[in-house]
Amino acid sequence: MTVKAINPNYSGRYRDGVENFHGNQLLNICWEKHTMMGWPMCVPISPNTTFKELLDVVIPRIYSMHPQFDSVDLYKAHWSTSKGAFIPDMSKTISDHGFKHKEQIRFRTQPLSNNPHRG
Amino acid sequence: MANGKKLNLKQNYSMLTKGLDWEPSYQKKQDIFPQLEFEGIKIHDWSNWEDPFRLTIDAYWKYQGEKEKKLYAIIDAFQQNNGQFNVTDARYVQALKIFINAVVGLEYNAWRGFSRLGREFGAASPRIAAQMQAIDEMRHATTQTHACSHYARFFEGMGNAPYQFDRTWYLSIPKSFFEDACSSGPFEFVVAISFAFEYVLTNLVFMPWMSGAAYNGDMSTVSFGFSAQSDEARHMTLGLEVIKFLLEQDPDNVPIVQKWIDKWFWRAYRVLSLVATMMDYMLPKRVMSWDEAWTIYYEENGGALFADLARYGIKPPRDADVTIKEKERLSHEMWSIFYANRDVVGFPLWLPSQEEMNWMSEKYPNTFDKYYRPRFEYWKELEDNGTPFTNTTLPQLCQVCQWPCLFTEPDDPTEFSHHQTEYKDEHFQFCSDGCQHIFENEPEKYIQAWLPVHEIYKGNCILDDVDPESPDYNPMVEAIRYMGLKPGIDGGLFKEHNDAMNWEKWTERPSNIHNQPATDFVRKTGSDK
Repeated sequence: MTVKAINPNYSGRYRDGVENFHGNQLLNICWEKHTMMGWPMCVPISPNTTFKELLDVVIPRIYSMHPQFDSVDLYKAHWSTSKGAFIPDMSKTISDHGFKHKEQIRFRTQPLSNNPHRG
Repeated sequence: MANGKKLNLKQNYSMLTKGLDWEPSYQKKQDIFPQLEFEGIKIHDWSNWEDPFRLTIDAYWKYQGEKEKKLYAIIDAFQQNNGQFNVTDARYVQALKIFINAVVGLEYNAWRGFSRLGREFGAASPRIAAQMQAIDEMRHATTQTHACSHYARFFEGMGNAPYQFDRTWYLSIPKSFFEDACSSGPFEFVVAISFAFEYVLTNLVFMPWMSGAAYNGDMSTVSFGFSAQSDEARHMTLGLEVIKFLLEQDPDNVPIVQKWIDKWFWRAYRVLSLVATMMDYMLPKRVMSWDEAWTIYYEENGGALFADLARYGIKPPRDADVTIKEKERLSHEMWSIFYANRDVVGFPLWLPSQEEMNWMSEKYPNTFDKYYRPRFEYWKELEDNGTPFTNTTLPQLCQVCQWPCLFTEPDDPTEFSHHQTEYKDEHFQFCSDGCQHIFENEPEKYIQAWLPVHEIYKGNCILDDVDPESPDYNPMVEAIRYMGLKPGIDGGLFKEHNDAMNWEKWTERPSNIHNQPATDFVRKTGSDK
């Protein structure tokens, strides 16, 4: 049973279909281990965004508030989704990578200081 | 009536709950009480329901009336004596903002839920008990509003609670909790609220909050707490009675009730996490740590309760062990995310002082110095350099509890917890295994969630006076306005906030007892003496 309801044929109205986001899809991005801002962030993004644009524009917009972000080399990061690790193709788009609406992608970089809990 | 003898309490209660009820003759009982069967709960004999208080209407009015008179006398005196300036410092008031904006809405929704039970239950005595609890809940919402409204004349961010409760992004956490309960069947509602929330966990709201108010000189909130306490005792007893009644009626009820206990314990725990930050960070004079409170009020008291319920085949809640693993980091993780997002919340944030961090090191010896002190010291350096750290991107929210996915893995405080599932070819994200499990039991319910972050990105969070085509349209500023927050006034850093400035101007005392005064009003007065 998918819901306990007084009407046996009850079904819910899904509010968050991709058609509601004005041509964008939602992408959740998580910078792993950086606990000071390491919870996943949610951004609306065109499915035609290339991975290169993601690294050069979208991710810096999120994380440039981190004072040491300039020392991070995103091109050396390790990437994964809930299905496991993947190697991005910089010229290919979000949708080429198979990232559907509301997908979560995660990346890992080298620690920024000797004490990882500082940043 | 002239010849009638006055009934004693027992006769009076019996007349009320049995004498006024009747067996229908020309309508089917299922048509009169249509919500009693679809949840699968089997009730064979409603007359086995025992109201532990056997409260009658006239006794109820008398008790509550007396409490009201005392409460309002104290609130009057508090106002005449400018009691709002007798609290420890202006940070205490920030905890009250969470109370007025989050808790009062919960009370109001509890009134809605119990009013329905007062109509839908299958016998008069549980209906009467539910009706009286409904009135209690409305009384709490009203008296809390009155107790806090005096503060709203002097401090920001307390004047628009019902509006904010329905719109502000982090208030969707308590709102969705209660709407989940109110849109459940009557038996699930009563297990959720009377048992899981009130019986198992309510001490965690009342004890620290009311002791915290007393420790910090807030006589208005303390009086409200005393006035509500006897109601809460009655609600808790009712919660236990409900569970025993359901479990004794039919063995088939046991797995259904167990599932609800698992679900609502976890839902209630996630809502109560707000209290953790209050206890560890917001009270200038602290009562006990969240860790200590959880140990006493859940692990010890809850442990005894579930040992007692084992004879019915009931086990402790599914995710109880996760709450115990999280207790040493919950408040620190949450305060961090509130601090980072302080420009979009309804109260200002501050970093703990050295003295306060030392208290935390003592209370959290396994975690604070290792994981959180380095972060706060780093953030303090950034503040001192004039470049305080701020986050400007909206977080991914949990589809069920609606918290940002800010919690870490039960066995590793350095890894955020990631839980994703697919339903009807769509992705859904969760903060925890507990919330994912709740979703997977009833996906058709939770796909409907009104998630503030998604609503903002859909363009649904703007006021009527806004033109999204205009060149100076700023979606984040407009979303904050839509949520009932004043951009640049309600959130931000405490030391720069109106409440801190005004507090020092009006009281000539520091707005943060653990830091240097924020203004010359205190410094000047200090040097004159």
